[in-house]
Amino acid sequence: MMQWRPQNPSIAETLFSLSRVTKHYPGVTALRDVDLSVSAGEVVGLIGENGAGKSTLMNILGGVTVPSSGTIHLNGEERPNLTVPDAIKGGIAFVHQELNLFENLSVAANIMIGREPLVGGPLRLVDRKRLRELAEPLLVQLGADFGTDTLVAELTLAQRQLVEIAKALSLNARILILDEPTSSLTVTETDRLLRVVARLKANGVGVIFISHRLGEVKRCADRVIVLRDGRVVAELGHEMIEQEIMIRHMIGRELKMLYRPPAEPVGDKMLELVGLRTAYRPDRSISLDVRQGEILGLAGLVGSGRTELARTVFGIEPPLAGEIRVGGETVAINKPAAAIALGLYLVPEDRKRSGLLLDFSVAKNVSLANLSAVVSRGLFDAAAETRLAWKWKDRLAIRCSDTKVPAASLSGGNQQKVVLAKWLSMTPRVLIFDEPTRGIDVGAKHEIYTLMRSLADSGTAILMISSDMEEVIGVSDCIAVMHEGAISGTLTRDCFSEENILSLAVGRVLN
Amino acid sequence: MRFGGFAVNRKDLGLLVLILVIGIVVALINPRFLSPVNLSNTANLIGLFGIFALGQAFVIISGGIELSVGSIIALLGVVFLDLVAGNTMPWGAAMIVVIALGCLMGLVHGFLVTRMGLQPFVVTLCGLLVYRGIARYYTNDATAGFPFGASFPWLEWLTAGRFYGIPHSLVMFVILAGIMAVVLHRSVFGRRLFAVGKNEEAARYSGIDTVRTTVTAYVICCGLTAVAAIFIAMYTRSISPSSHGNFYELYAIAAAVLGGCSLRGGEGSILGVVLGTVLLQVLQNLVNLLGIPSSLNFAVMGSVILIGVLVDQQFAQRRQRIVRARSVA
Repeated sequence: MMQWRPQNPSIAETLFSLSRVTKHYPGVTALRDVDLSVSAGEVVGLIGENGAGKSTLMNILGGVTVPSSGTIHLNGEERPNLTVPDAIKGGIAFVHQELNLFENLSVAANIMIGREPLVGGPLRLVDRKRLRELAEPLLVQLGADFGTDTLVAELTLAQRQLVEIAKALSLNARILILDEPTSSLTVTETDRLLRVVARLKANGVGVIFISHRLGEVKRCADRVIVLRDGRVVAELGHEMIEQEIMIRHMIGRELKMLYRPPAEPVGDKMLELVGLRTAYRPDRSISLDVRQGEILGLAGLVGSGRTELARTVFGIEPPLAGEIRVGGETVAINKPAAAIALGLYLVPEDRKRSGLLLDFSVAKNVSLANLSAVVSRGLFDAAAETRLAWKWKDRLAIRCSDTKVPAASLSGGNQQKVVLAKWLSMTPRVLIFDEPTRGIDVGAKHEIYTLMRSLADSGTAILMISSDMEEVIGVSDCIAVMHEGAISGTLTRDCFSEENILSLAVGRVLN
Repeated sequence: MRFGGFAVNRKDLGLLVLILVIGIVVALINPRFLSPVNLSNTANLIGLFGIFALGQAFVIISGGIELSVGSIIALLGVVFLDLVAGNTMPWGAAMIVVIALGCLMGLVHGFLVTRMGLQPFVVTLCGLLVYRGIARYYTNDATAGFPFGASFPWLEWLTAGRFYGIPHSLVMFVILAGIMAVVLHRSVFGRRLFAVGKNEEAARYSGIDTVRTTVTAYVICCGLTAVAAIFIAMYTRSISPSSHGNFYELYAIAAAVLGGCSLRGGEGSILGVVLGTVLLQVLQNLVNLLGIPSSLNFAVMGSVILIGVLVDQQFAQRRQRIVRARSVA
C-alpha cells in the first residue's frame, strides 16, 4: 500500500493555484500579478535570477507570507489567509536547501517527528516497532539505499534529501516544492533524485522544481515558469524548454547605468591567487588577479564557492593548496590578523554576525581592528577613540546621533559604513566586499558604490562578490564568474552582459 | 556617570543602593553590625573572597566559566603551607611558585577550551575533581598546618595582618581590583576580551586572536585564585584538604553574576564584581547577626541572587523596549 497516494489521482486536477498575486514590501514590490498553478502529476520548473522573487513566491505558497493582493486556491477552495498549518494540512511540503533534520535521531524518528506512534497509555512511550513499519514503505518507494534505523548524521546530503521527501510524503503531501535540490549533489545522486521526481509524478504528486541548473530543469519539467523582477515573464511548454530560451527570458531586465570608470588606468597586480584550493571544493583550484585601482566583480550563483574563497583569502579557513600573493610577494595567511597586517581586509557577507559587534558602540566598532591607534602607553585614550569615530562618521556620512550609540541602532546602510570605517582607518591594499549592499536601501547603495570607486582610485584593489546583476555589471571594471568552486570565465567590460554572466554561472562555455 | 575615569553604570549603582539599604536595616536591628570587630572581620572576608571573584569575572566575560576555584584554593593552599612550614624554600619563593602553578593551571584550562574545543564547564569540572583529589593525596588526607611554635612574622603580617584595623587581605583586594579594572576597562586586552565574549566570530573577523585572549582570561583567573589561596591558607592556618575551599567557585560566580556579568559572555565590570562580593559577605553577616539559623545561610544567599537577577532582567527588558521604540520612531 502506498500511503501517500492521493485519494483521487486524476491527472488534470489542479491542486494549487495562485492568481494575480502581488506582494509589496516597504520600498519594493517583490511580486507583481503572478499566476502559478500546479496540477496533480505535473512537474513545474521555476527559474529566475537571484532576487527575481522566487523566495517570496515560495513563502506565499507555504503560508509564511501573506500576499498584498491576489487569490490562492488550494485543493479547489479559496484560501485568503493561508497559514503555515493550513498549507501543511493542504498537502504542501517543502524540501529546502538547508535541510531541517535532527542529525542525532534515526531516519524513522525524523520522518515521524512530532507524530510518533505511541504505546503504554499514559506513559506515552514511542512505539519503535510501529515507527519503523510506518517509515519503511516510504523509503522503499523512494528507492532509498539505507535503513530506517540509520542515524541521519551518517547519511550523505543526497540521502538526507530523500529522508526529507519521505517525511513530506508521510504527511500526505500532494504538492512537493524542491528548492535547489541538486545544488550540492553529484551527478549520480542527481540522476537518482530526478528518478524519484519522475516516480512521484507518476503517483500523482505535483512538484515545483526550483533550480539554477537549467539542464536538470529541462530533464524533469513539464512546464517552466520564468520569474524576473517579481513578474512571470514566460511560461514555457514542454517543447520550449531549451537552455538558450530559458536564459533569454531570465535576463533582459533594464539596468541602470551606474558605471564610473577608474580615474587612472589600473596598475599592477595587487592580489594574485595561484591554484588556490579551498576546503569547500578541494577538487577545484582557483586562479585570479586583482589589480591596483581596479574593482573586480566576482559573480556566480549562490553556493558557487565565492564566500568560501573570500574566507580563505582572509585567513578564516586555511587554504589546502596554492599560493596567495599580495603586492607581488607570496604570503602565508593562516589567520585574519595575518591578512590584516598585509592590508588585506574583508567586509563580510553577514554584517550582523561577522562584521559588527551589534551591542558595541559605533566608536568601539570603528576602533576594533585598529586598537593601537586609540591607545597611548598601553591604555585606552577614550578621547582619541571618539575622535577617530567622529572622523569616519563625517567622512563616510554615517548617520547616527552620536558615536556612543550601539551599532544595532543604525540602519543597514549605516552599519555597513561602520564596518568599512573599521578598515579604512588603516590603509587598505586589498579590500574584499562580500555582498556589499545586501539589505541596504537604494540611496545608501549608491553611497557605498561611490566609496568603492574612490577607494579604488586611491590605489586599493577591490574584489566585490555580488549576486546582484545590476551591481556586478554597473560597478565592476572586470568580472570573474564562479561555477562549482572554480572560475568559469572572466569578462572585460565590452563583454559584460547578463547573458554572458549567467551562462558562465551555470557552467556553459561562451563562444 | 563617571568616577575616576571609569563609567559607573546603572546596574552598579543599583547594587550599591541595595548594599546600603541592607546595611542600614541590619545596623538598625542589630547595632553590633557596625562594631569595629564585626566590620573588620567582614572586611577580611570581602578581601579573601573578592580576590578570586575578580578572576572569575574575566573568565565569565570571555564566555566561559571556572568551576575548579575551590579545589585550586585547597591544592595550592596545601602546597604553600607545605613549602613554607617544611622550610623547603623561603616564603617569598613559595609565593612565586604557588602563583606560577596557578597560572599554569589556567594555561592548561585555556588550552583545553580553545585548542581542544572542550566546553569550559566540562574542563573546569574535571579540574575541580582532579585538584581536590591531588590535594587529599598530597597530605594523605590529613590536615596540613604549621608545626607547633613555627613563626613567620613577616609573612603573617603581610597576609593576615591589619593596618589600623583594616585587614591586609582587603588592602590586597582593593589594589588588585584597581589593577584589574585598568586591565579590563582601559587595556587593549580588556577590549578584546569583551569582543570575544560578545561575538567571537565578529572578533575573529576583526583580526583579534581569540584563542590567546581566552587563554589569558583563564590564566588571570587561576593566577588570582592562587593569590587568594595564599591569603586564605594564612587566614585559616590549617587546611583539611577534603573541605577547604568547598563551594568557593560558587561564591565567585555569584558575585560576578550579581555584579552584572552575563554568563553568555561579553558583559561585566570590576566595580560590579567588587560590589557583588561585598553584598554576598554582608548577607552572610546578616544571617549571623539577625539570629537566622546558619543552616539557612545558602538559602538566603540564593534567594537574594535570584531576586536581584530577576529584577535586573525586568529592567533590562524595559530599557530594551524603550530603545527599540526609539529606533523605530
